[in-house]
Amino acid sequence: MGSYIPNSKAEQQKMLDFLGLASFDDLYNEIPDKVKLKGGLNIPAGKSELEVRRQMEALAGKNKVFRTIFRGAGAYRHYIPAIVKAVASKERFVTAYTPYQPEISQGVLQSIFEFQTMICELTGMDTANASVYDGATACAEAITMCVDRKRDEVFVSATLHPDYLRTVKTYCYAAGRKLVVVPEKDGVTDLAFLKENLNEKSAVFLMQQPNFYGIIEDAEACFKVAREAGAKSVMCINPIFAAIGKTPRECGADIAVGEGQPLGISLSFGGPYLGFMACVQELTRRLPGRIVGQTKDIEGKRAFVLTLQAREQHIRREKASSNICSNQALCALTAACYMSTMGPTGLKEVANQCLAKAHYAAKHISSLPGYELVFDAEFFHEFVTRCPVDVNKLMAKLEEEGILGGYPLEGPYEGCILWCFTEMNTKEEIDRLVAILKEGIQE
Amino acid sequence: MKLIFERSTPGLSCEILPPCDVEAYELKAEQQRGQELRLPEVTEGEISRHYTELESQTFGVNSGYYPLGSCTMKYNPKINEEIAGLPGFADIHPLQPAHTVQGCLEALRLAEKLLCEITGMDYMTFQPAAGAHGEFTGLVLIKKYHESRGDKKRTKIIVPDTAHGTNPASATMAGFTTVSISSGQDGLVDLEALKAAVGEDTAGLMLTNPNTLGLFEKNIVEIAEIVHQAGGLLYYDGANLNPVMGIVRPGDTGFDIVHLNLHKTFSTPHGGGGPGSGPVGCKAFLAKFLPVPRVEEKDGEFYFSGDYENTIGSMKAFYGNFLVVLKALAYILTLGREGIPEAAKSAVLNANYMMKKLEDLYQVAYPGRCMHEFVLTAEPLKKKTGVSALDIAKGLLDNGMHPPTVYFPLIVHEALMVEPTDTESKQSIDEAVKVYRELYEKACTDPEALHQAPVKTAVRRLDEVTAARNPILRYNFD
Repeated sequence: MGSYIPNSKAEQQKMLDFLGLASFDDLYNEIPDKVKLKGGLNIPAGKSELEVRRQMEALAGKNKVFRTIFRGAGAYRHYIPAIVKAVASKERFVTAYTPYQPEISQGVLQSIFEFQTMICELTGMDTANASVYDGATACAEAITMCVDRKRDEVFVSATLHPDYLRTVKTYCYAAGRKLVVVPEKDGVTDLAFLKENLNEKSAVFLMQQPNFYGIIEDAEACFKVAREAGAKSVMCINPIFAAIGKTPRECGADIAVGEGQPLGISLSFGGPYLGFMACVQELTRRLPGRIVGQTKDIEGKRAFVLTLQAREQHIRREKASSNICSNQALCALTAACYMSTMGPTGLKEVANQCLAKAHYAAKHISSLPGYELVFDAEFFHEFVTRCPVDVNKLMAKLEEEGILGGYPLEGPYEGCILWCFTEMNTKEEIDRLVAILKEGIQE
Repeated sequence: MKLIFERSTPGLSCEILPPCDVEAYELKAEQQRGQELRLPEVTEGEISRHYTELESQTFGVNSGYYPLGSCTMKYNPKINEEIAGLPGFADIHPLQPAHTVQGCLEALRLAEKLLCEITGMDYMTFQPAAGAHGEFTGLVLIKKYHESRGDKKRTKIIVPDTAHGTNPASATMAGFTTVSISSGQDGLVDLEALKAAVGEDTAGLMLTNPNTLGLFEKNIVEIAEIVHQAGGLLYYDGANLNPVMGIVRPGDTGFDIVHLNLHKTFSTPHGGGGPGSGPVGCKAFLAKFLPVPRVEEKDGEFYFSGDYENTIGSMKAFYGNFLVVLKALAYILTLGREGIPEAAKSAVLNANYMMKKLEDLYQVAYPGRCMHEFVLTAEPLKKKTGVSALDIAKGLLDNGMHPPTVYFPLIVHEALMVEPTDTESKQSIDEAVKVYRELYEKACTDPEALHQAPVKTAVRRLDEVTAARNPILRYNFD
């Protein structure tokens, strides 16, 4: 059995003696017997480190690690530089608590301040928070920022990632808010519908850029309509795209949110990831969660501290702007280190390579009979094609070659495939994919 | 310390990517970014040095004694980190076909089975990313449950005044009104106050047990009866499970829903504020409302299913902070049947030992047997010397220790909430006790010294008022 208790039995006995107790059981004599567990836990006996490692490695061995991945749909494989992994595994960063004591936590606090700055730079916004759980919850929290007594209806585009949409629905259901899903038309938000349905009760319109299908939408047009109706605008943006694409600010958004996983965080079977949130100055005090600010110590030295805490649950309780307490600080530090490593040129290069490779792949895949592009719209690093063969069979064939193929869509585009290409995919891999698809048609 | 932006030199970079091997593509002008992108321009060596400096000004679990009440800052075993980093977990795409992720699904099922046994629950979801997220999930389950019975008048959630701030904040997010009930003289739920508070509008009670005073709610069976008889459900805030795991199961004491903080009780690290993991367990009658997707098993094959008519939906994308769940799983496998209750007992022993070593000087807010933590009040000390709980906390910083949680729970004035955890040695507690006692002496003889503390830290007390009044929340490049 493994144990991390640093006291010997003899020492523990001394401590019990000091307390005047005969045994460990006496520690619990305030607890009524009728509620105590009888006969112990029905779980396996403890194991040594090596045994645990073997068991967990056996589980890991039952998963398939794909050499080549052409699937995104909300989780993206990008190159993670060695320095990023090294920094993110530094023991104190990994094990510290929320920096409540600023005098001994300047390292964590400054890392968050740097992260906030970088997210502001990426999105063009004025203020960012220290992170929330993921892209989906960032969307849900952004909506809450916009709702008030007069305006409480929420508009969300159907082109949002389905998991995000389902999450937003749950949050709206919980708070008793009316949610209107703006339909998708030709792969993008139905602007006419939005225009017709926004009203004096509408609080917010939220859309994703690029959207779930990879398409770069005309966000400016959508946000203009929202603004004219008096509603706030939220853009959920891919942070890699943000390096080269029009920023949420430039598109007229009031709030920018997104999934920060592409910024140096591994796929991790879906988590932990990183929700980021940034907004225009006027909404700063509506942001949920931790925010780090710069100040001075009593000697005039620059220092950082958790600030604007009057928004938060531990002060405001039921009147707080959100219940969030733990966030994804270590993931935020990872993302900040990634952005520092890539720098402005490097991050744009990642984005441009994604863009180039996706367009190279699209050109060759869509030239195969039956693999036409479903949408005639500009895209970033994902696009949807039809599939002339059984999708499952195609995926199985790709799997034999160590390739995770595109994501088979459900719903209105069942039978179509959402492909994703990043800087990780070489020309050779893409050519090989096209060759396999071609073989599949001929069979 | 310099900010990373202040280390930046135009033109410098790390060479990470090879040149693009396909023809370039350009976005239409109206889709391109116009704003400058001011990220740092630094070499790898500079980055490495920068973060080494930041790390040196960060207090980790191994930097010293860390008895932060209600946070369970126990040792974070290294094997757990290595397991979470295995490529067979870390490099798995969340949308891979089920037959290629059998190991991930089996790990989730195993963690569910073990944690259900530990909590006395029937089902568990790992989707919630943190404790507060778990609370919100549990409250939405409560809402859905009442609605499914056509019972729409249940709009109130009862919380004791000792509750974590997240409890009422979560209740608000779930559309409930919070009813706060005062604790009794003994620091426990006042049964009469509870009886007076429940009624046809009661949706449920959120309770932390042991509570935030470190006291076990010994009337828990009666509490459960009162709430259930009124038609409400009982929610267990698992922040304080550590001292009773393997001793008492929330499910056996009447709770219908629990959330756990894997980053507290089950040894996963806090990451400077996260990621955590806040799985939610429930009794069978609530299972149909759990968030989707859920892991199912058929003929030895695991798969995800989203096909539940009554589900509350999703709490986030994908399945939760999976790698954090793995770390907790490794911990449970390591400790096992005997180790889990032994850890609990060690936590309780350590807390009571330290409390008894201090109680002649510092006033214990609610004397008696504590569980994992105890709460001191510095109010008498403050009256006597002017030295506050905050001053004591800052004095501890000069002694290389992390202070306890201060000014919480709210019902204790000048509160110092001390949670030594199970992984603290007698030796380190004895050393801490010595420091706590010295600080008390210092408060009596030289209070000014403690008003000035800390003096040995990298920075001294901060001007938090200006920070909030004139917020500077990002680096100014101009």
